[in-house]
Order: sequence, then structure tokens, then C-alpha cells
Amino acid sequence: MRMPLSAMLGLILTGGFVLVAIFAQQIAPYAIDSTVGGVWDSPSATHLLGTDTIGRDILSRLIYGAQITIFVALCASVLSFSLGTFLGFVAAVRGGWVDQFLSRLVDLVIAIPSLIVALVLLSVLPLNLTVLILVIGVLDSTRVFRLSRAVAMDIAVMDYIEAARLRGERQSWIIFREILPNALSPLVAEFGLRFIFAILFISTLSFLGLGIQPPLTDWGGMVGENKGGLIYGKSAALVPAGAIALLAISVNLVADWILSRTSSLKGGRGG
Amino acid sequence: MHPVLKLVVQRIALGLLLLLAVSAVIFLGVEALPGDTAQAILGQSATEQSLRNLREQMGLDQPALTRYFLWLGGVLTGDLGTALSNGADIAQSIGGRLGNTLFLAGCAAVIAVPLAILLGVVAARHAGRWPDKLISGITLTTISLPEFVAAYFVIYLLTQVIPLFQPVSMVLPGMGFWARLNAVALPVIVLVLVVLAHMMRMTRAAILNVMQSAYIETAELKGLTPMQVVWRHAFPNAIAPVVSVVMINLAYLVVGVVVVEVVFSYNALGKYLVDHVTKRDLPVVQAVGLIFAAVYIFLNMAADIISIIANPRLRHPK
Repeated sequence: MRMPLSAMLGLILTGGFVLVAIFAQQIAPYAIDSTVGGVWDSPSATHLLGTDTIGRDILSRLIYGAQITIFVALCASVLSFSLGTFLGFVAAVRGGWVDQFLSRLVDLVIAIPSLIVALVLLSVLPLNLTVLILVIGVLDSTRVFRLSRAVAMDIAVMDYIEAARLRGERQSWIIFREILPNALSPLVAEFGLRFIFAILFISTLSFLGLGIQPPLTDWGGMVGENKGGLIYGKSAALVPAGAIALLAISVNLVADWILSRTSSLKGGRGG
Repeated sequence: MHPVLKLVVQRIALGLLLLLAVSAVIFLGVEALPGDTAQAILGQSATEQSLRNLREQMGLDQPALTRYFLWLGGVLTGDLGTALSNGADIAQSIGGRLGNTLFLAGCAAVIAVPLAILLGVVAARHAGRWPDKLISGITLTTISLPEFVAAYFVIYLLTQVIPLFQPVSMVLPGMGFWARLNAVALPVIVLVLVVLAHMMRMTRAAILNVMQSAYIETAELKGLTPMQVVWRHAFPNAIAPVVSVVMINLAYLVVGVVVVEVVFSYNALGKYLVDHVTKRDLPVVQAVGLIFAAVYIFLNMAADIISIIANPRLRHPK
């Protein structure tokens, strides 16, 4: 099957963002928090994207911001994905009270909007990277749990699982060696969606001033810092806003393609 | 008891139980986390004695469970306690702000719901052709944007490129209805954009689902025009799923409103919440968090109840 143009574009852009994030220290022209120009200078040859609210180079901050944004989002989505998948599989394989307990707990967390839960938690917890990753990852693992439990439920009734059970394999073998490989394809598309969600979540928290704290910065925080300029027609806030939008859309395009591929493989209605 | 009534009563009971559990999570869950309210008020330099005095004064020396029931009793009787940061009565501070939030969300809902349903029907009617692709493409893009990013693009477009509006929405007490409406125009546009995409896509999916049933094929085969098929046969059957889609998205609006209020410095419940998270004012955060959670749970419950009532298979038991 050929890769559609949209997915190709999404993959190239996502790859570009990741490369920028990895090599931020090498390619950023200025340091993250040094004042190198006037307040809200327009783009020029020395400052390709202009300067921000206290005269820092926007391009450099954007590049360092990519690093933090992608790092936090990646950690949070890996956490939510592994935690959610593992618990979802355990619930499906064990059934009984384990399943009941985990499912009702997830129902409870999903009954409150994630942003509200996060705000309540962050009013008590210290604001640092670890806490942010844990909060976003754990809250989001509830969505992965529901999907992976449903997928594993379908697989758990297959003959080869029955055969593995009768052979006397351990539960961990059944989860990791029998269910995981067969559940992987629908879960991969879900990983993309979780990654987008984590990007939007950390950006929103930082924008509200409750995410990444100075001197570090991420894109959401940069929008927050420069929002005052919009009233005077200074568009500095739109640059990081555009970066968030572009990254989210590119990952979305890739995830969409994987999703339609996996559903057509299974003979689903997608296409 | 009639089976529909029984299901509805069950669903309401479940909703109330959920709300109780959520209140316990918001209160006791936060208690279990590291952090000390007395320390938060007095700062790091507080002496052991002053900490103990403050804890006694605030009742923090009592067990968490006792305080939870005291708090819950207060919430049920409309007493939400006082804010740590300025000692103001929380219930009083919430009163007017809740009205502002509901006004904003209400305006957005009045515009977004009919628009989303109309676009959803158009997209479903032309599924797979250019109107559908155009609408789907645009909505897929807006879904990928967080509320504040969408907000700043709209602000830039409508205050700088085409100067139509003021970038800040001040709603003052004593403003007339039309003046208020003018003040919230920009935040309402942003909120409409944010919920429209989800609502429209789910409406489209619900209608397409109905369109694949056998009776639609019959209607097509007996020679009805496509528009007649949609309005006479598909739409009545799609009402239940569409109404539940609308309710779920209104619940989503509750979250969007928090960020949008901060963007526009709109003095309402969401901004009040975020401001007090920054100040680490736990009683305010718990009270407002509970209100948002309650609205969310209520709307989801309403969605379920409407789909129970609208299901004809339950109305005529065997």
C-alpha cells in the first residue's frame, strides 16, 4: 500500500520537529534566556523571527521550547501508554474483581475533565518536570486503559490464548508474548493520539502559568509571555502558537493514516 | 415500574453516586498528597508553634475523614468556606462569576449547536465528495488546536488584520444585555470554533451510521430524492444519537471555557479557578473544581437519559 501524500507530509514535519528538538543546543543561534535585542523587534537578518517581550531571540526560544515540549509530551505519552496498556491487559486477562476495581476507578477519573483534575492536583503538588509528566501521563492512561482492555478482551477469547493457558504459561507470558503482539497495531495509532493530547495538555498548562517554569520554556509558555503584544499588533505570540498547531496537525496526519491502515487490515469500514 | 422509568432512575442514582465519589476524590485525594496548608499560608519560615496554632484554628488537626464530612455538609448547605488568600467568602465570590460563565457558554452553545448539526447533515449528505472533504478538512485542523492557540489566531485576525472587535472582554455589573453580548463576541467565536469541530464530526458519524441501515436503502430504491431521504427517514432516527452528541460536547465546552476565560481576562469561574491554583488556595480550587465536575457529570447524565428515552425499543417492552 502506498503512503498517501498527507501522511508523508506529516511524517516529514514530525521528523523535522524531533530533529530540531534533539539538536537544539547545536542549532539555536542564541542562549535561551539572554536579552539580545529590543522589545518585540520585527524579524530581521540577525533575529529571523524577531524578539520577544523582554528582547530574547524568538527563534532560539522556539528551538529550546521544542525540546522541552516534545520531551515532556513524549515521556507523558510513553507513561500513559505503558501504564494504560499494562493495566488494560491485566484487567482483561484476570477479569473478576481486578477488572471491576480498575474499570470503576477509570470510570471515576474519566467522569471529571482532565484539565480540572490537573488544576486541582497542581494547586497542591510542586511544579516541576517530573510532577507534570506524572500528572499528564497518569490522567491520560485512563483513555489507553479503556481501549487496550477492549482490544485484549477480543484477543483473550482466542484459541491460542486458551492453548497457552492449558500449556501452563504464566500470566505475564500471556500478556506480553500472546496478547501484546496481536494488539499492537490498533494501539500504535492510539499512541500518536496520546502524544498529541500530551502536547496540547502541557502547552495549555504552561500557557496558564502552571506548567514549565522559567528559566525553561515551552511553546505554550511562550504564547503566554507574548500575548500582551497582540493588542499592539505584535505577532510574536503567533509563532509558538503556530508551532503547536503545526506539530499537532502533522502527528494527527500520521496517526490518521496508521488508523485507517490498521482498520482496513482487519476488514473494518475505515478507508 | 415502567422499564424506561426504571433505567432513568438508575442512571440518576448512578450520577449522584459518581458525584459523591468525585467529591471524595477532590477532597481526600488532595489530602493524601504531600503538602501542608498551614505551611502554605505561613511560608517556610513559620515556627512550629504558629503552625500548630493555625492548624487548630482551621480545624486541620482533626482527621481527614471528619473534615471531609464537614466540608461536604457545608457544600450541600451552600457554605463553601473562605478563601485562604484573602479570607473572602467563596460562595459569594462564585455567585456572580458562575452567571458570567454560564452566559458565555450559553451564547456559544446557541450558535454552535444548530451550526454543527447543519454542517454535519451537509457533510453526511455529500459523504466522500468535496463539500464533505472541505468541512472534514477544516474541522480536522481545528480539532488539532488547543483552545488558546485558536483564540490567539482569532484575536489577531479579528482585531488586527480586520479590526472588528476589542481584544479584551470586560463584563461589568450593570451592563445591558446587548452591551454584554458585544463584549463576549470574540470569546464566543473562539468557543464555537473549538466545539463545532467535535460536534459536527460526531453528528456526521451518527447520521452516516443511520444512512447505512436497510430502511434507508428501501427509501432510496422507491425513488425518493436524497434530501427527502435525509430529512424524512434518516434525521428522525438520528435525533437520539445527535442529541447525545450535543450533550457530550456541551460538557466539553465546560473545559474549553476555563482556558478561553483566561485568554480574554473574562472575570468568571474559570479564571477564578486558574488564579487560585496559582495562589495555591486549596479551598477555592476544591469548591470550583467540584462545580465544574458537577456540571460535566450532569451533562453526561442528561445525554444518557435522552438516549434512553429516545430509544423506541425500550418504550414498548415485550
